[in-house]
Amino acid sequence: MNIVNILEEIEKVDGEIYERLNPRRSAMKDFYNVGKKVALAAMPLALGSMFTKAYGQSTPTAVVDVLNFALTLEYLEYHFYNHSLLAAPGLLTAGTPAHGAITTIRDHELAHVNLLKGALGSAARPALAYSDFDFTAKGTFPTVYSDYKTFLAVAQAFEDTGVRAYKGQATVLKGMPVLTTALQIHSVEARHASHIRQMRAAPAGGGVPIKPWISLGAGGGANDSGVPQVDPVYKGEDLETQAGVTITGIATGVTKAAAVESFDEPLAKADVLTIAGLFIK
Amino acid sequence: MKNLQEQEKQELLPAERSVFTAPLQRRSFLQFAGAGAATIALVAAGCKKDRNDPMVPGGVTLNFKDDFGVLNYAYALEQLEAAFYIQVASNPPSGFSPAEKQYFQDIQFHEIAHREFFKKALGTAAIGSLEVDFSSINFTDRTSVLGAAMAFEDLGVGAYNGAGVRLTTDAYLVAAGKIVSVEARHAAYVRDLISNGTFASSPQVDANGLDKALTPDVVLAAAGKYIKTKITVTNL
Repeated sequence: MNIVNILEEIEKVDGEIYERLNPRRSAMKDFYNVGKKVALAAMPLALGSMFTKAYGQSTPTAVVDVLNFALTLEYLEYHFYNHSLLAAPGLLTAGTPAHGAITTIRDHELAHVNLLKGALGSAARPALAYSDFDFTAKGTFPTVYSDYKTFLAVAQAFEDTGVRAYKGQATVLKGMPVLTTALQIHSVEARHASHIRQMRAAPAGGGVPIKPWISLGAGGGANDSGVPQVDPVYKGEDLETQAGVTITGIATGVTKAAAVESFDEPLAKADVLTIAGLFIK
Repeated sequence: MKNLQEQEKQELLPAERSVFTAPLQRRSFLQFAGAGAATIALVAAGCKKDRNDPMVPGGVTLNFKDDFGVLNYAYALEQLEAAFYIQVASNPPSGFSPAEKQYFQDIQFHEIAHREFFKKALGTAAIGSLEVDFSSINFTDRTSVLGAAMAFEDLGVGAYNGAGVRLTTDAYLVAAGKIVSVEARHAAYVRDLISNGTFASSPQVDANGLDKALTPDVVLAAAGKYIKTKITVTNL
């Protein structure tokens, strides 16, 4: 943890960091020197305050990119569920727990769309409509809106992808207030994923042998969904080592499956966009 | 617990005030170096009063001055969760179905994995073992166990969501993110067992579709009734 390194790293992304922190660059250099002397342990708090000061008024490009990326995914999820409730006759029956749960999730996704749009303001990406999507993924899931089990399988893929996508962007937002908001969305997506998985495990959902948390797939693979078409959604979910610590066998009873279940993995933006791209016309 | 924390806050207040009321002598320095440096001066001044001992006799200290403090905070919560689920899994309520017994055993191992992960990641900086107090939970009663499990999981999610912004090391931030979504999966599962469809109900999830993000003082006050060990919080 070195303040000088951190500032240099930021400068690579944001060449104006010093000017943002203080328009008088000479003053900033003095801070830089102070930073070398002050106990490194004191730096994190100081940095948090510095960023609030630096980014209080305008949002850096990297953050705008993350929020627009999230907005794209939220549009995808919102339209996917909204169509299932409004224009997929026979798929979900009003008054059933399934209809209620999908309504709850649809409403959250819409709230996320609105929240992100509001945060981005004029920097928000152009709105996406239902007609911009193809939820059959070019024929991979032709019965997505007529077969309840297929619908839930795709829903699970979207929710688990959403969890991974937000997690993958956490470091870009590190130390910023917007990180907290992103985390608050992230855990809601995980709650959705848990419930959709329970719906699939229920008899009506096909009795798929699947847990609320991501486990090892059949044969020990990373994809536990039972749907090979969504392998990219679970790429790397079978990780056994966290921050240099081997989790498998860390205590009695912590098998590889338990180790995999205990930690959800992030997914890189490019991988998420590839998955989303299958459903965007 | 609550009294101890309030006492702790009161102890800290005079120190903070003395820093805030001392700007006159420092004005020339502030004008020169800018507000960013002022924060450092404040923090540096605060550091002199640090109680760094991770092992205060008869208790533990969570010092939020750096990532280790945040990780120890998570370690404390995971200790609590693991202890709870070990007790449930080793002697589940008679009302549990076979599937519920299986999943509570799963969750037990998740929490043990989290606990041990933090212990290893912290190394010598790790706080000691907490002594728990589950006297308020009736472990033979399904409803009581599920209620406590929901409280632990929702609290855990809120704790991680609130603490993420304090982390400065990428690897730790990502690790916390990897854990919190698993806790949210647990929370949704337990909530659905209590009442199907409440996996993300209000007020846990608000009208903006946002989960809770709780500050450590709120979390520790709520967790306090389950913890016997004195927890001292500094640099919050």
